[in-house]
Order: sequence, then C-alpha cells, then structure tokens
Amino acid sequence: MLTCKQASQLVSRSLDRPLSWSERLQLKLHLWICNACSRFNQQLQMLRAVLQQTRDQIESDGSIHLPSDAKARIEREIASHKL
Amino acid sequence: MAGNRNDWLNEHGDYLYRFALARLRDPHLAEDVVQETMLAAIKNNSFEGNSSARTWLTAILKHKIIDLQRKQMREQPISDLIDTDADDTSMDDFFDQTGHWIDKPQTLNMPHDVLEQKQFLNVLDACMKKLPEKLKAIFILRDVQDEENENICKELDISTTNAWVMLYRARMGLRKCLELNWTGT
Repeated sequence: MLTCKQASQLVSRSLDRPLSWSERLQLKLHLWICNACSRFNQQLQMLRAVLQQTRDQIESDGSIHLPSDAKARIEREIASHKL
Repeated sequence: MAGNRNDWLNEHGDYLYRFALARLRDPHLAEDVVQETMLAAIKNNSFEGNSSARTWLTAILKHKIIDLQRKQMREQPISDLIDTDADDTSMDDFFDQTGHWIDKPQTLNMPHDVLEQKQFLNVLDACMKKLPEKLKAIFILRDVQDEENENICKELDISTTNAWVMLYRARMGLRKCLELNWTGT
C-alpha cells in the first residue's frame, strides 16, 4: 500500500510522464480510499488548468500592448545594432 | 528586405509581448525578452519567408524564455535544493515520519467569474514569487509554457529525476500557498 507521500509523488509525476500499469493501479486504489490525496490530485489538476487557461487569455487579450517606452527603447536598440 | 524587418516590431511587437507576459507574468522581463528576440531576429538572416514572420519570431521568443529560465537556475547551485537521497527531509513540513499528511489538502475552488479570476491570479503570482528561483524557473517552463520534460532536462542540463523532484516541490509549495491565501467560493 502506498503512503500518502508516495501517492502524492505519483500524482505529480503523472503530469510529466505516463505512469506504469502497476503505478496507475496502486495510485487508483490509494485515491479511492484517501480523501486527502484525492483533493491533492484535484488541486494539481485545477492549478494546471487555470494556469493554461489564463496563459491563453493573456496571449489573446488585444487590450495589452507593448508599452510605448519599451517599444521606443527596442527601436533605438535595433537602430544601433544595424550595420 | 530591411524595410520588411523594420515593420516586425510594429506588426508583431504587441503579440510577442503578450506571449511573453502570459508565461513570465512580469512586465519587465517580458519587455526584455521581446527586445532580445527582435535583436536576434534582425541579426539573423535565416528567415526564409516559408513560415510567417510571426511564427518565426515566436519560435525565437520561446527560446529566449528558456534561456532566461536557465539564467535564473544558475543563480543557485543545484545541490542546494536537490537532494534525492533517501533521507531527504525537504518534505517534512508536509508529511510525518510514516508518510501521512500533516495538514490534509483542502478543496481549492476554481475562480468563477472575471473578478474572482483576477483575485486568484494576484494570489497565484504572489505565491509563485515565494518559490525559490530554480523551482519557479522549471515550473514556468513545464506547467505554464508546457515544454516537454525531455526538452527541459536538456536545456537546463538536469536529470529527469531532478526535474520530477523539483516540479513536485514547486507544485506542493504552490498548492499549499494557494490554500492559505485563496478563499474562493
């Protein structure tokens, strides 16, 4: 039987690589009987979902512009780097 | 040709800035990587016009973001944070000796509307700032930019195991910080 510490490590790892068949089974069993680790699993899923959702929102938010002072600075830099 | 390139900043500057801001969540860092991207693009002659200029510039920007995270990682030696020994104690705040939670995770509510989402993002950004630079760097690449693990390990020159351990710690710290500071309804 996995400890909560081990189960939480598998939950995190499952976001980065597919778990093996036996890891999946052990984790499933643990999450089935352990509310705390199930919530931990939900927390990580929620965190990732919110992060990627807001990333896409900022990326497509037409009201956000490159600040004009930064733009002017970049223009000057480009000019000074030209041959 | 030069005329085209002069238009890049006007045509794509805002988009590149948003792209960087969406990942780095820091206006100054975002401005800096856009500048580096534009300079690299102007100096580099490899743009063939097969892809759109925006796609090409975005690819350069992605690399600049990875470079920036690599620089942040170098600020601390990796051994300070990563100890993959069996007697690793860094999780002692979260688990007791038998591997049970000390404080059981609580339900975290998703932000419901635009206002709540703004508040949530403020809390999240504050929580991310509290992470050690190294953990924040790898977290941004993996969980925000969605880079493949393999690529992250190669670019940051760390082992797969170290990457997993670091991501685990980053996520564990963030969710705890959110629990303490975010009270969504």
